[in-house]
Amino acid sequence: MKRALPAVWLVVFLTIPLWLQDQYILHILITTGIFIIASMSLNLLLGYTGQLSLGHVAFFGIGAYASALTTLGFDVDVFGFRVLHQPWPAVIGLFVGMVIAGLSGYAIGRLSFKVRGAYFVIVTISFAEVTRLIALNWVELTQGPLALTNIPPYTLGFPGLGSYTLWNKTAYYYLVLAVGLIAYVVISRLVGSRIGRAMIALKENETLASSVGIDVTRYLVLAAVVSAGMAGAAGSLYAHYLKIIDPDIFLFIYTVTMVIMVITGGKGTLAGPIVGGVIFGFLPVILRPFAAPAVQWILYGGLMIAIVFVLPQGIVPALERWIANWLTRKPADALLAGSSKPHEGQ
Amino acid sequence: MPTSGAAEEVVLSIAHVAVHFGGLVALSDLNFTVCEGEIVGLIGPNGAGKTTAFNVFTGFLKPTAGEVRYRNTLLNGLKPHEITSLGLVRTFQRTSIFQNNTVFENVLIGLHRLGRSTLWDTLLALPREKIAEGELADKAREILRIVGLERRAADVAATLPYGEQRLLGMALALAAQPSMLLLDEPVSGMNASESAKVMKLVETIRAAGVTILLVEHDMPMVMQVSDRIVVLNYGRIIAEGPPAVIQQDPQVIRAYLGEGKKRA
Repeated sequence: MKRALPAVWLVVFLTIPLWLQDQYILHILITTGIFIIASMSLNLLLGYTGQLSLGHVAFFGIGAYASALTTLGFDVDVFGFRVLHQPWPAVIGLFVGMVIAGLSGYAIGRLSFKVRGAYFVIVTISFAEVTRLIALNWVELTQGPLALTNIPPYTLGFPGLGSYTLWNKTAYYYLVLAVGLIAYVVISRLVGSRIGRAMIALKENETLASSVGIDVTRYLVLAAVVSAGMAGAAGSLYAHYLKIIDPDIFLFIYTVTMVIMVITGGKGTLAGPIVGGVIFGFLPVILRPFAAPAVQWILYGGLMIAIVFVLPQGIVPALERWIANWLTRKPADALLAGSSKPHEGQ
Repeated sequence: MPTSGAAEEVVLSIAHVAVHFGGLVALSDLNFTVCEGEIVGLIGPNGAGKTTAFNVFTGFLKPTAGEVRYRNTLLNGLKPHEITSLGLVRTFQRTSIFQNNTVFENVLIGLHRLGRSTLWDTLLALPREKIAEGELADKAREILRIVGLERRAADVAATLPYGEQRLLGMALALAAQPSMLLLDEPVSGMNASESAKVMKLVETIRAAGVTILLVEHDMPMVMQVSDRIVVLNYGRIIAEGPPAVIQQDPQVIRAYLGEGKKRA
């Protein structure tokens, strides 16, 4: 049953645009999906290696800007040299966004994993702030507060079939779903493998991990690169979907949103960021008819505190525990009830 | 107990190793060797520098002076995982296991060095990945059988009783494929039957060709399993020799066992 569950969800997600007519809800689904991908990438670092990256939005923003600039082209002056880039297709932008975000993840990983814990948190926050200031002040490249506008949509080329430009929301929904699925598969394969075991070992007991031959820095940097690249992909999706990005994309609140999604859903679980993402992505929509924006924020915060307080490990681990308890208690209940056919074995 | 057969080839050599913490001398001018196949006991009162010595040998602590060589490779400056990959593996004095993982997962983590699959094998779920994982699982089961924890495979490590947690710590070290094992107080806090189990395990490990350096406070155990004993006190070696000689050494009796009182 547990194996069938992801397949059932996949069918549900695949059919949503067929029965959902409301374009606004579809829009929320797309942006929520993009943030879920970013949260899944954060979960790889926070949930599996135990490193809290409070500047995770930097990778998201770098992916968005790199992708947008690759697609729009630019003409800037760097230390007296003219750097001219002609526009490239948006799909290439997606890859460039991932690669540049991944490279910055590598740099941050190498630099800051020498300093762990609170220092890592500080380095990542500072990094996000620096990238925001660059986006704000390097007006020649990023247009600063005026924002990068008219970012073209992706055009997917199919050999022999021509190309297809993603103009409408349904197309973007499926693209986000596909990227999300790839991210999910990548993370699940990683954490279920020797690499994932090394990451979990580092989180649990770094000294012991290194004593059995695990190269601490190597696996932390690997996690940072994969995580940053994935966040970069989410950023690129965001830029090409909204068609406009400004330096506010680097705001701390976006990192906080990702952290909330991961923590409430259940860090270190595959489904955690998805469950947390769906809840906190749709909460504003559900609350909108009933509460003013300020009240919404209070309820939002209240719910988060309640979840963390009642379910410190998050929703998914709690659900798993309940289901496990329910399954093991059932035979005992049957016996107590004097069932004529007691269960054998477990 | 004679050293097992082969020529006495030195595998671990410690030359003039000193460790100073500020003004405190934790180790001073430590010199000794361990030969292939030997079990050497490293003993001394609390604070004599035994664990400090282990930390130096395994790269967790940089010596202030001196050289540590394992099979002719200079270990100074190597990181712990690099030293482990040479086959020099340690256990810890305090219970060191991955508490939140199952016993089986613990051993799988310990088998990290044996894993052969690459990042691409994993991401693309190539057949090679499946084969490699299957081999690791077989190996993990074998190690659990050797240490006698096969029935506990599915239990979360933190739920094991103390003695079994210590055994799991040894299983982790064994999983790292040691050619030499440094055991830091393997039987501390154990009852007699648990100690006996560990002693048997130490013999099994040695029979498999692994050289052993043992730090232990349990004198009967050290005397029984060691071929040779090195005695530390205040960071320096005060005696070295076979157990029978060490037991009679007046300096050792005075410094370590206490005057006029024999425990062993």
